[in-house]
Amino acid sequence: MNEAVERATPDLVELRIPARPEWVALARLAAATVANRLRLSIEEIEDVKLAVAEACTAVIQNDGRGEFIQLTCEALGDSLRVRLHDSGHHGLHATESPSMNFEEARIAGLGIFLIRTLMDEVSYDVHPQLGTDLLMVKRVAGRPK
Amino acid sequence: MDIKVNVREAPGDCYVVELSGEIDVYTSPKVKDAIGTLIDRGVYHLVINLEKVRYIDSTGLGVLIGGLKRVREHGGSVNLVCTNPQIKKIFDITGLVKIFGIFDSEDAAMKALV
Repeated sequence: MNEAVERATPDLVELRIPARPEWVALARLAAATVANRLRLSIEEIEDVKLAVAEACTAVIQNDGRGEFIQLTCEALGDSLRVRLHDSGHHGLHATESPSMNFEEARIAGLGIFLIRTLMDEVSYDVHPQLGTDLLMVKRVAGRPK
Repeated sequence: MDIKVNVREAPGDCYVVELSGEIDVYTSPKVKDAIGTLIDRGVYHLVINLEKVRYIDSTGLGVLIGGLKRVREHGGSVNLVCTNPQIKKIFDITGLVKIFGIFDSEDAAMKALV
């Protein structure tokens, strides 16, 4: 690609996947590919893959889910921003889903714990009509906030 | 993406479940079935070999925890074989290193079974 065009075009990838288990691997791969554009270590890229997969899994395993998950990954100069949108209303409270048994709720809690541990910044917004937006940020090591 | 499950009998009333591939929300039911089938048959001492597992998420961890819980009800145990640093890290940060015996080789994992 022309260098000037490459500079002008942000590394931003949008992906819309059905909220079903067989599509989670694609979301992981997309996030890892964008993460690879930054100077993240292999370990940090693995962290991103796991966090994205856990976020998708939380949507899929929650009753309030929509049909699709919208994933947006953007490689900025010093960080990777991953936004996950779905039309469900669960936020990161998957452990409160009434359809889950105790064991499932514990595992869901583990997934959310992993997201919060592996990513540098995690926030979410639950809108009654529009659904849930989850924002996760992974910063390139050594870069200030 | 898939997970391969190879189950084989080992000395001392023990079975080895060798997993190969990626364990996530899509593939973990297959692992759960394999472990559940063994436990239903009365096998309560398991070594689960994760050496060829490239990736595991919380659903995979959940399957392992569920298996461990079931065998412990019968006085059994589950030991893991894991050498992949990324996977070891997940066991570490979730505190599961305190629950599972994690070994570098199948031999060591089998010898340590209670």
